[in-house]
Amino acid sequence: MRCLKITVSAVLTATILCLGAGKAAPAADELTIMATGGAWQAAQRQAWFEPFAKKTGVKVNEQEYLGDLGKIKAMVETGNVPVDLVTVETATVLQGCDAGILQRLDYAKIADRTKFLPGTALDCGVGLDVYGDVLAYDTTVLKDPPTSVLDIFDTKRFPGKRGMRKFPAQNLEWALMADGVPTADIYKVLATPAGVDRAFKKLDTIKKDVVWWDAGAQPPQLLASHEVVMTTAWNGRIQNAVEQDNKPFAIVWKDQIVEYDMISIPKGTKNSDLAYKYLAYISEPEVAAQLGRFIPYGPVRSDATSFVPKDVLPKLPTAPDHMKSYLVGDVEFWGDQGEELVKRFNAWLAQ
Amino acid sequence: MSENRAPIISAEPRLPCGTAALAGVSAVSLRAKLRRLMPLHEEMRALTLAVPLLALLIVSFGVPIIALLSRAVYDPSIVNALPRTAEALQHLSAADPPGDDVFAALEADLKQDQAKGSIFEFAKSLNSRLSGARSQVLKTARLLAGGAAFSKSELVAAVPFWGEKETWSTIRGGAHGFTSFYLLSALDLRWGADGLTSVPAGEAVFLRVFARTFMVAALVTLATLALGFPLAYLISNLPPTLANLVLVLVLLPFWTSILVRTAAWTVLLQKFGLLNDALIALGIATERLELMYSRLGLVIAMTHIQLPFTLLPIYSVMRSIPPSQLRAAHSLGARPLTAFRRVYLPQALPGVMAGCLLTFILCLGYYITPALIGGASDQLISNFIANYVNVDLNWEMAAALSFMLLTFTLLLYAAFARFLGLDRFKLV
Repeated sequence: MRCLKITVSAVLTATILCLGAGKAAPAADELTIMATGGAWQAAQRQAWFEPFAKKTGVKVNEQEYLGDLGKIKAMVETGNVPVDLVTVETATVLQGCDAGILQRLDYAKIADRTKFLPGTALDCGVGLDVYGDVLAYDTTVLKDPPTSVLDIFDTKRFPGKRGMRKFPAQNLEWALMADGVPTADIYKVLATPAGVDRAFKKLDTIKKDVVWWDAGAQPPQLLASHEVVMTTAWNGRIQNAVEQDNKPFAIVWKDQIVEYDMISIPKGTKNSDLAYKYLAYISEPEVAAQLGRFIPYGPVRSDATSFVPKDVLPKLPTAPDHMKSYLVGDVEFWGDQGEELVKRFNAWLAQ
Repeated sequence: MSENRAPIISAEPRLPCGTAALAGVSAVSLRAKLRRLMPLHEEMRALTLAVPLLALLIVSFGVPIIALLSRAVYDPSIVNALPRTAEALQHLSAADPPGDDVFAALEADLKQDQAKGSIFEFAKSLNSRLSGARSQVLKTARLLAGGAAFSKSELVAAVPFWGEKETWSTIRGGAHGFTSFYLLSALDLRWGADGLTSVPAGEAVFLRVFARTFMVAALVTLATLALGFPLAYLISNLPPTLANLVLVLVLLPFWTSILVRTAAWTVLLQKFGLLNDALIALGIATERLELMYSRLGLVIAMTHIQLPFTLLPIYSVMRSIPPSQLRAAHSLGARPLTAFRRVYLPQALPGVMAGCLLTFILCLGYYITPALIGGASDQLISNFIANYVNVDLNWEMAAALSFMLLTFTLLLYAAFARFLGLDRFKLV
C-alpha cells in the first residue's frame, strides 16, 4: 500500500492536477522558486528573493526539494509546471539538460556570458555561487583536530562514525585523493574502470563507519547530536550553525572540493519572462555579491568580488587561505558518467 | 463468518421472522436467501449508486498505476530516436552484423536528432540500458554535425562503440518499443549477445534487496505477533472500561502520522538519545549502542508502527470467543495448556493470520522508516524505487521494480488464500 503510494505518487499528483483539483493558475506577477531549503534558502531569501520582490513588485513564492530532478521531470512530463526557477547542482545540471527538463538559456536576456567564471554559465544553468565541500567536526569532541578532508579515511586516528553524502560525487574524488592520486589527475583516473574500482576500494575501508546524509541540513544535526565525530558538509551550513546557533564546529578546508550552485528554468514554465528578469537581476555584480552577507558562499563573477563585504571574504571557499589544496568539481565529467556512477554507488551501498 | 453478517441481515426489515438468529446457517444458503429477497434489478440499482466511486477509483488509481507500470515493458525512446535504423534492422536476423544500409540509416537518424535537439534525450535513454553510451552517442553526433558522410568502416574506426556487439543488441532490443530489459534487470538478469545471463556481481543488487525486504517484513511480523498476541489476549479478558482504555493506548500512536512516529524514534534511538541514556544510567549497557542506522533500530521502529495492524484483527477475533468454552474444556478435564491449544488457539487463528498478512504486506512497501532510521544496507525495495523516480530519472526501472513488488505481493496473497482459505481471514 505504502509502496504504491511512493511509486505512483507522481502520477497520482499528475492525475489530480489533470482533474483540475487544486489547480490554481498563478497570477502573472508571481514567481515560484524551488531551492534546497535550510540555511542556504534562507540566505537566498534575504539576499535576493525579498529585494527582488520589493524592487519589481513581483510576489516570490518558495518551494523546497532535495535536489532530485524527479520532481521536476514529473512536472514537465505532465505539462503542469508550477515552478519557474529551480536551483540545481553541478553534478545534475547536465543530466537535467540532457533529459530535456531544463530550458536552454538565452544569455542575451541574462548577462554577458564571458563575465562568469569558467564552467558557471552553462547551457541550462546559470551559476549562483561558489561553495566548498569540506570536512566539519565538533571541537569539543575531537581534541586532536583533523587537518585535511582526507582524514575522514583515517579510522585509526579518528575512530567512530563519520558522515558522508549519499551520492558518489565528491566521495569518489576524495577516495582517489586519499589513495594518492594527484589532484590534477583525479577525473582522468576516475574516467577509467580501474580508477572507479580503486575509488570504491578505498571507500570500502570506511564503509561500515559511515552514516550517509541526504539533505544539506543534516551534517550540522549529525554533529550536534554526536551521532558522528566528523562529517563532510557544505561550508555555509556549518558556518551558519557556528554563527547563528553558537555550535562549537570547525571546518577543515584542505583538500576541499569547490562546486557551483546553479539555477535553471524548467521547461514549460508559464513565467519564463519573469524568470529571466530574476536571473538578470541576481547576475548583476553588486546583487550577486549580496548572498555572501547571509551565507559564506562566493559570487561566480569575478567582477562581483569587490562588492563582497570585507569581513565575509576570509570565510569564503575562495579565500586564499582555503585555496592551498583543492579540487574543482567537473561538471562535464559528472554529466557524462554521473548516471553509471550513481548506479554503481547505489549497488555498492546495498551490498 | 456468520457472526459478521448476522446484524446486517437482521436489520433488513423484509426478512421473515426468526431468521435473525442465524448462527450455523451456511454462507451459501444465506446468499440464496438474499438473492430471493433482493431481485437482480435491485442489485443493479445498488451497483449504479457505486458507479461514481468506481469511476473515481479507475480514473485516479487504476489508470495511473497501469500507465506507470506499462513503462516497465514499453519504452519507445530508441525507436523514436532511430526510426530509420529500427526499420533497417527489421530486415536483418539477430545473428547478422549490421551492414552499410543500417549505418546509413543510423547517420541520418542521428543527424536529425542533433538538428531537433533530441539527441541528448536519446543519449540518456540509451545510457540507462548500456553504460557509457551517452558520451559515445554525443561524440558521434558532434562528428556527424561536421557535415561529412561516413561509411560503416569509417564510423567504426572513428567511434569503435558502433562496432561492438553489445551496442547493436541493445539497439535491437529497443527497436520495437516493447522491451524485456527493465523487467529482467529488476531480477538482476540481462539478455545479452549470448542469451540470458546474470549481471556482473558488482551490479547485481535487486535480488538481494528483495530478499532483504522480505526478511525485514518477516522479522517485523514475528515481532508484532509476539507482542500483539498476548496483549490482545489480555485486552479481550479485561473488563470493558479497562479494555477500552488499553485499546485507546494502543491506538493512540496509530492516529499520529508515520513520519512523526519515525522522527520520534530517531530521538529515542540515536547515540546520545533517550534509550541509550537510560541503558547507561541503569547500568544495563556500558557502551552506547549503535541503534540508529542499523537493522535492529529499523525493526524496532517498524514493529512499533505495525503493532496495531497485527493486534486489532487478533483482538476482534478473540473478543468473539466465549470464555465459557475454555471453562467447559477445563471442566471436562483439559489442562490449561491443552484447553488453550485445542479450544482457544484454533478459533483465534483466522485473526492471527489476517493480522500477520496485513503487517507483512504493509512492511513490503515501507519507505520513510528505512530511509530515516535504516543504514545504507537496510534500504528496502521502495527506497530503490524512489531513487529511480527522483534521482536517476529512470522511471522505466522504477516501474519494473514496482511491477515485481506487486507481483510478489499478489503471489503471496494468492498463496495464503489458496492454502489457508480466504474465508478464514478475519479483519476488524
